[in-house]
Amino acid sequence: MATFDLELVSPERLLLSRPVEMAVIPAYEGEMGVLPGHAPMIVALRGGVIRVTEGGRETESLFIMGGFAEITPGRVTVLADEATPLASLSRTTAAQRVTEAEAALAAAANDAPEIRDRASDRLMAARAMQDAAQAA
Amino acid sequence: MASLKDLRGRINSVKSTRKITQAMKMVAAAKLRRAQAQAEAARPYAQRMERMLASLGAAVVGSPDAPRMLIGTGRDQVHLLIVVTAERGLSGAFNTNAGRFARARIRALEAEGKTVKLLTVGRKGATYLKREFASRVVGEISYANVKRIGFEQADEIATRITAMLEAGEFDVCSLVYNRFQSVISQVASEQRLIPAPLPANDPGTAEGSQALYEYEPGEEELLSALLPKNLAIQIYRALLESAAGFYGSQMTAMDNATRNAGDMINRLTLNYNRTRQANITRELIEIISGAEAV
Repeated sequence: MATFDLELVSPERLLLSRPVEMAVIPAYEGEMGVLPGHAPMIVALRGGVIRVTEGGRETESLFIMGGFAEITPGRVTVLADEATPLASLSRTTAAQRVTEAEAALAAAANDAPEIRDRASDRLMAARAMQDAAQAA
Repeated sequence: MASLKDLRGRINSVKSTRKITQAMKMVAAAKLRRAQAQAEAARPYAQRMERMLASLGAAVVGSPDAPRMLIGTGRDQVHLLIVVTAERGLSGAFNTNAGRFARARIRALEAEGKTVKLLTVGRKGATYLKREFASRVVGEISYANVKRIGFEQADEIATRITAMLEAGEFDVCSLVYNRFQSVISQVASEQRLIPAPLPANDPGTAEGSQALYEYEPGEEELLSALLPKNLAIQIYRALLESAAGFYGSQMTAMDNATRNAGDMINRLTLNYNRTRQANITRELIEIISGAEAV
């Protein structure tokens, strides 16, 4: 089956760089399955799980805390704010993140709308992390 | 003239100093390697970010409601300087260089009639600059108790700058830090953060393909999310380079100190032996002339 190059980078390191058959990425406006030859796009990502398919099987799934992806017919680059393999997600950290994000949102109640939006995005990402941790 | 006992004491104390500087040099070398590896690991993200920004920025630039972070406030009055230095000393001229560079910039800007605000990162720069420019310091950030600088810290600084920008507290923001050129050479330099300098569009490849990109959500929303990230990345890179530079500088400084201590030990040992010899000769003369007198 045809493949494309998938690159997953976080600010701290390059996590993944190899040809894959399909990747499902958590785009801002809904999950998006990317196959080779996809139309060029730049999308924002929300907190969610990236699933990678190779050889007809799902081989890799990582949780990301939002970020961006650049898609071209032969290559997908995912810039993740933070990425953790699903297997090493911990429920307690996730729960802690949710509490923190809730507190941050509450504290931002009187700030500018952009700051409030950012806080609520973070809370959503933290909730997604909790869901992913529970499912894993 | 110093007695033999004094000399022996001094030789021993210089020897233990040499042991310490040697150990510090070794530690700095190990940490330098780690810091360099970390800086290396951060590069792919920065490169890809740049590529995306180049294509997005070109699509938005010139539009009147482009984000502030890209085009600035349109004025050039209040400058925010972020000065990055180390938390600790014993690193040669590392902190002084950054401090001196910042001071020259502040002087130059104020001579042009601009207002300068300072945000210091690292304890050493804060103490250096506060002596002269205490009234301009709007904030101090110190990572003395953070073991390893991560992206988190950079993000924190970026968030703070973003909040200040929203509040209209400055017009132009730049970063002063020691750029890592090589292990033995770090250059104090300035980098503009806001308005963000757009990475040059590679005319061959990007120009052709960028028109074809679809954006989700729109260009402007994307850009307003991408720019703060980019800001954090730039700061992260500066922090890492500064950290690598610090260890490089410390390594060189400690190497010099070790060598100097060695020279000093040689000199003192020579002195010690001469004094000892002189004492023996003197005693001999005393005994011989005593025997002759009998």
